[in-house]
Amino acid sequence: MPLTAIYTILISLALILGGIWAEDNLNLLPVVASSNAPIYDELFRVLFVIGIILFVGMTALVIYSLITFRKRPGQTSDGIAIEDNLPLEIFWTAVPAIVVLFVGLYSYDIYERMGGMQLASNNSHDHSLMMKDERIWGGIGTAQEENPEGALSPVNVEVTAMQFAFLFNYPKGEIISGELHVPAGRPVSMKMDSKDVIHAFWVPEFRLKQDIIPGQPTILNFTPTKIGRYPIICAELCGPYHGGMRSTVVVEEPEEYESWFNKNSKIPEVAL
Amino acid sequence: MSISVPPNTEQSSKGIQPTGWLRYFSFSLDHKVIGLQYLVCGFIFYLIGGALASAIRIELTSPISDFMPRDVYNQVLTLHGTIMIFLWIVPVVNGAFGNYLIPFYVGARDMAFPRLNAVAFWLIPPAGLMLISSYFINGAAQSGWTAYPPLSITTPAAGQIVWILSVLLLGGSSIFGGINFIATILKLRRPGLKLMQLPMYCWAMLGTSILVVLSTPVLAGTLILLSFDIVAHTGFFNPSLGGNVIVYQHLFWFYSHPAVYIMVLPAFGLVSEILPVHSRKPLFGYATMVYSIMGIVVLGLVVWAHHMFTSGTPPWMRLFFTIATSFIAVPTGIKFFNWVATLWGGRISLNSAILFSCGFIVNFVLGGITGVALAQVPFDVHVHDTYFVVAHFHYIVYGGSVFVIFSSIYHWYPKFTGKMLDEKLGKIHFLLTFIGFNLCFAPQHWLGLNGMPRRVAEYDPQFTFVNQISSVGALLMALSTLPFLWNVFHSAFRGESSGDNPWQALTPEWLTSSPPPVENWVGEPPLVTKPYGYGQSQLSKEIPNSFIEDKK
Ligand code: HEM
Ligand SMILES: [Cu+2]
Ligand SMILES: [Cu+2]
Repeated sequence: MPLTAIYTILISLALILGGIWAEDNLNLLPVVASSNAPIYDELFRVLFVIGIILFVGMTALVIYSLITFRKRPGQTSDGIAIEDNLPLEIFWTAVPAIVVLFVGLYSYDIYERMGGMQLASNNSHDHSLMMKDERIWGGIGTAQEENPEGALSPVNVEVTAMQFAFLFNYPKGEIISGELHVPAGRPVSMKMDSKDVIHAFWVPEFRLKQDIIPGQPTILNFTPTKIGRYPIICAELCGPYHGGMRSTVVVEEPEEYESWFNKNSKIPEVAL
Repeated sequence: MSISVPPNTEQSSKGIQPTGWLRYFSFSLDHKVIGLQYLVCGFIFYLIGGALASAIRIELTSPISDFMPRDVYNQVLTLHGTIMIFLWIVPVVNGAFGNYLIPFYVGARDMAFPRLNAVAFWLIPPAGLMLISSYFINGAAQSGWTAYPPLSITTPAAGQIVWILSVLLLGGSSIFGGINFIATILKLRRPGLKLMQLPMYCWAMLGTSILVVLSTPVLAGTLILLSFDIVAHTGFFNPSLGGNVIVYQHLFWFYSHPAVYIMVLPAFGLVSEILPVHSRKPLFGYATMVYSIMGIVVLGLVVWAHHMFTSGTPPWMRLFFTIATSFIAVPTGIKFFNWVATLWGGRISLNSAILFSCGFIVNFVLGGITGVALAQVPFDVHVHDTYFVVAHFHYIVYGGSVFVIFSSIYHWYPKFTGKMLDEKLGKIHFLLTFIGFNLCFAPQHWLGLNGMPRRVAEYDPQFTFVNQISSVGALLMALSTLPFLWNVFHSAFRGESSGDNPWQALTPEWLTSSPPPVENWVGEPPLVTKPYGYGQSQLSKEIPNSFIEDKK
């Protein structure tokens, strides 16, 4: 049956190319504005292409079977009595297993590159933020490899969430702000705590989300890369005004950030 | 065969049981009556849950909160989720079809514990009524169907306590049901019937019942502790009293992730019964189907923390749960390939039952693909608690379970009533449902990826148009129930008579009259060792002649 083989190969190729085309031409994700967003989008692209291939392939198989093997008028006999086919079943157990293993390992690699496998307590240079005995729950963050020693020190921010607002506290300048200001290109390390119920900190353009849990501070690290104003969204049901619990993160040029910092700081000189 | 199945003495000694339609409103011990009671009761709750869903979608046609007050929105959302899961899908795919079919499939005259069975059903209506009436008393629960503390501790207590009580009753009901199914499948099997000869739905129910019995008590215990926190101000989960909110999440998801399989495994079983009949082919790969069910049961118990990737779980835990979750795709994939192989080369009647089953396959594949994506921590961190997740789980629970429930109703209605459903109305129902469903939920993937969180009554105006498309889809789905309801009522009285076995199916429930007599078979139950023996002539030896007449 070489013809069937050729068809199979052609159809598979069309599916793969179609999947890649669809991914490139559909605008499925918001702007990229942090250093781990492009890594995320890479994973998304791979998952999307595999997903489209599987979905279109399965759907096509079902529709093809329904049409080709439909009962014609006058047919009274049954279909053929095939009950199993071991090689075939081994094949379609092995293929998904390999695909899934590939996806798992690949996403592990992505996670590693995002800094997710590091313990949060090693992640920040500023130990004043973290008392040694305090239990810090790991958040995902920018890998330290990308910020070798001697590089820019992180901007430390303490985030307090409450029904229904975020408060951003810059301990260095004793600033308390309702908006998050961060300089582009510099790592930010946030320690987040909640006064009442569980909230979550989400910036879609950063592809990052972390719950803010009362009684258990969490850490979130990221490096903003693109100048702009992006929404901060609370993503955990926190009461009637949950939908309105939003704020803004302002990613600015380092100089602009500095002047904002100086204008609001209670301590005169900037400690970069 | 000379082995005789004893009549169910409990039932026989009760000569006073009402007969005719009245028995459906009584405390009957007949598994068939109880099964239909589950089905009808579940469908009534589905209509209520659907009305609530429509209210949610109406609110979301505009970006501001204008249709109902914000706390009422959260109550509606909580009621919708709770009703759809605990009062519609779980009772119907387990209780309704399990009760109706399992005794037939094992060749018994009733369930192992008929009284327990009736009690399990009769816990449901009061629990559901209580849950809904809490809305009128002091406001229903408003912390979502997950009831995460501390929110569930700080919102008004009355509604939350009623919510906990009703979920406890429903959990009790499903544990009773689970025990009964395990006992019936393992102990009431007709002598001579081997486990590996049972129809696939028995295996699905065995796996599901194991999950029910292992995980539901954990939910019950958790909710009892939560109620202590609310009424007695203990501090199990209350952080201001030293409690730990993450522990609640672990315990909650230890039940609620398996709950997804409690909703879809029986659906898998039902589809495995329906596809062979209407494509006139044996179920492909019986043995791998059985192993994959058991694989799903085992894996299903160890993946709960994928709901907590953003809760601050340690890295190793995220990794473990990513891998475990991804691997569920393997046994699930096997089942899907086997179903397609069952269709392949068949003589498929393109009727409503098969359309809904195939609609299920297509929808569930998409839900499964987004599920594997969500299992990847870096992916989940962006879309967790957004509309992407709402889309994903509706593809699973609606595109999966609900499509299968409809498919099953089209398939077994002649058995229940002795009447055929109208095919034209059935196809209209299918088209409206399929289009409406995809219009409603497919766009929600995009919403989630682009920044719309779930459980919000107000959202960024840039999402207005896509939300309106989704609401139009929801409207179509609501409309789609009309031809169905008309069909079911009209056909019950005016429908064409179906005869005993309109599909010429080989599973045992069809080898008796439709509707069946009180103890299922007038004489000896048939011993069916090849429930999927389509296309095999040697079967005529084992199956009454009347029913293979069409076959060569
Ligand atoms: C008639 C079709 C349905 C529509 C239009 C619909 C719509 C919705 C919407 C808009 C939400 C709110 C999502 C959010 O903000 O998080 C929701 C939540 C939910 N729905 Fe549905 N739904 C439908 C059917 C179902 C079914 C059949 C189930 C069965 C299990 C179900 C289970 C849920 C659950 C569990 C939630 C989450 C509630 C929560 O977050 O507390 N839905 N649904
Ligand atoms: Cu919040
Ligand atoms: Cu919130």
